[in-house]
Amino acid sequence: MQYIPNILFIIALAVGVGYFTLNIRKLIRNIKLGHEVDASDHTPERWSNVVRIALGQSKMVVRPIPGLLHIIVYVGFIIINIEVLEIIIDGIFGTHRVLSTVLPAGLYNFLIASFEILALLVLIGVILFWTRRNIQKLKRFWANEMKGWPKNDANYILYFEMVLMILFLTMNATDQQLQAMGAAHYVEAGSYPVSQFLVPFFSNLSEATLITIERGAWWLHILGILVFLNYLYFSKHLHIILAFPNVYFGKVVPKGKFKNLDSVTNEVKMMMDPNVDPFAAPAEGATEAPAKFGASDVMDLSRIQLLNAYTCTECGRCTSECPANITGKKLSPRKIMMDTRDRLEEIGKNIDKNGEFKPDGKQLLDDYITREELWACTTCNACVEACPVSIDPLSIIMDMRQYLVMEQSAAPTELNVSMTNIENNGAPWPYNQMDRLNWKDEN
Amino acid sequence: MAEYMAQGKQPEVLFWVGCAGSFDDRAKKITKAFVKLLNKANVDFAVLGTEESCTGDPAKRAGNEFLFQMQAMTNIEVLNSYEIKKIVTACPHCFNTIKNEYPGLGGNYEIMHHTQFLKSLMEEGRLKVEGGKFKGKRITFHDPCYLGRANGEYEAPRDLLQKLEVELVEMKRCKSRGLCCGAGGAQMFKEPEPGKKDINVERTEEALETAPKIIAAACPFCNTMMTDGVKAKSAEDSVQVLDVAEMIANAEDL
Repeated sequence: MQYIPNILFIIALAVGVGYFTLNIRKLIRNIKLGHEVDASDHTPERWSNVVRIALGQSKMVVRPIPGLLHIIVYVGFIIINIEVLEIIIDGIFGTHRVLSTVLPAGLYNFLIASFEILALLVLIGVILFWTRRNIQKLKRFWANEMKGWPKNDANYILYFEMVLMILFLTMNATDQQLQAMGAAHYVEAGSYPVSQFLVPFFSNLSEATLITIERGAWWLHILGILVFLNYLYFSKHLHIILAFPNVYFGKVVPKGKFKNLDSVTNEVKMMMDPNVDPFAAPAEGATEAPAKFGASDVMDLSRIQLLNAYTCTECGRCTSECPANITGKKLSPRKIMMDTRDRLEEIGKNIDKNGEFKPDGKQLLDDYITREELWACTTCNACVEACPVSIDPLSIIMDMRQYLVMEQSAAPTELNVSMTNIENNGAPWPYNQMDRLNWKDEN
Repeated sequence: MAEYMAQGKQPEVLFWVGCAGSFDDRAKKITKAFVKLLNKANVDFAVLGTEESCTGDPAKRAGNEFLFQMQAMTNIEVLNSYEIKKIVTACPHCFNTIKNEYPGLGGNYEIMHHTQFLKSLMEEGRLKVEGGKFKGKRITFHDPCYLGRANGEYEAPRDLLQKLEVELVEMKRCKSRGLCCGAGGAQMFKEPEPGKKDINVERTEEALETAPKIIAAACPFCNTMMTDGVKAKSAEDSVQVLDVAEMIANAEDL
């Protein structure tokens, strides 16, 4: 009988971690629908980006207020996880505050005290975040693409974090009271700079009630963490894990450098080489021309672009810096990322159901991202610069433009005129190439 | 350039004029101002003239990779046949394309934006940059996306302006957070999508908030967009849009 809590705990832990693992494998499978990219270059720079941008949050503090609040929640989240380690050991072995028996009392007290202070700071931070979203109504959280689920999702995450922190502090407050009463099992340990102020609320309760509250808070706290862990996959909150690999795979060349398509290079070289035999059979092992140029669906994108989509936490910094969006155009770089993920998820579910992808008559282009959005981009890189986790919405826009122009010849008319000019007279305007030097003799 | 080749000479630098600098009436003034400065500093330079062609930037950014690479490889063939090593251009779009996208196609050159080149001339003592008529004037600088964010160069144009002893006032959105003028990504050659406002007007309003006498630019397309913006705000009588090179040349009445 006495092992029932331990067994229940192990089952909960196994289910929680197991289901999460299952979903992460699904996520990896979905990302692998994209084409491979070589990211073996710039290794030192990539690691330094992870340290600076992901660990060091260097891009978050470009906006000081949310940046600072985010650092508090982020540091709190990481440090308080040491406490989760203790909870897991206690849960499995039926111990209580096991680390207090292993660590020197001073260190243990210091740890618990810092968890408490961080918990309070996280609670304040999260409440302020909630206020910014719901009371202050910052514009970037109320854009068109944030209606419905994305807005609720963001608030659920904040409520989750509030409840977890309150449970943690309640657990500590009742524990103190039980320690003071000398209740069996409750060793005297820890220092409680925050929850000591909650103790008066519990001072008149009986030992049995206190134990119920303490155990209740303990169980709800750890179950809450497991539920939260599994909620990640369904929410925009995956960035707490994916930000790290995403920053590693982020762009390490100048932002203005767009990739050149190798398949096109080969073709152009053939065209420009007078000695080439146009009827020659392709050499053995020659890479075949790609099935299509550019991207009309998520499978045409790269794995890094798909990882970008899962990493996006919909903060909207990109959109709030986008010149097209600021001036009322439909384009929103955040929506590009959200659409990419939504479509990828849709395809993932299709594969879950059918074993393989069965064409569903939909695609990323038009069904999710409209042409009007794509053509509004000035390629100014403001969105790429703004993203705190190195997401590159511009690369997706460019790939989709490539599809429109190279596969469908569907550029806006004026652009077709410009491109014809470039082709015929080497300038986007209809001037004669022979007049290029006329400025020399003009005044 | 062909003349240099015929004489068996190599210029110190090739000046890549670009389409705007060659054909656009406003941008041609920038070209001429820059040439005056090159002459003043005794820089031995050449141009490709009628052998120059579009770098392919607008084609690439409109999505036409094929046309871009056709342009790029044709240009690279010309440049390589003249054994060009060093290029300077007054257009950030040409600069970005030649710097970042040509090496992968066999075109490796040392390329500088004209503000970087002028700065190096100044540092070598070959070109004097002094206040003259701009001394103490309130001036704001608009960062071209393809010089700033795209290639991380924010200081060269500002250093030159400082040397002109102007009162440099920054806009709210500047340097890495500078707002685009609205021309990039081939937008220059099409009408904008429907919205509340044109991007160049938004940016010009921001520039006008700093109450400048001059909006300094470093890109022929930004120049056009900001000039149109100033006109749209009916401020053309009090505010000028000038390229940094034009300012340096004007300061000395070249």
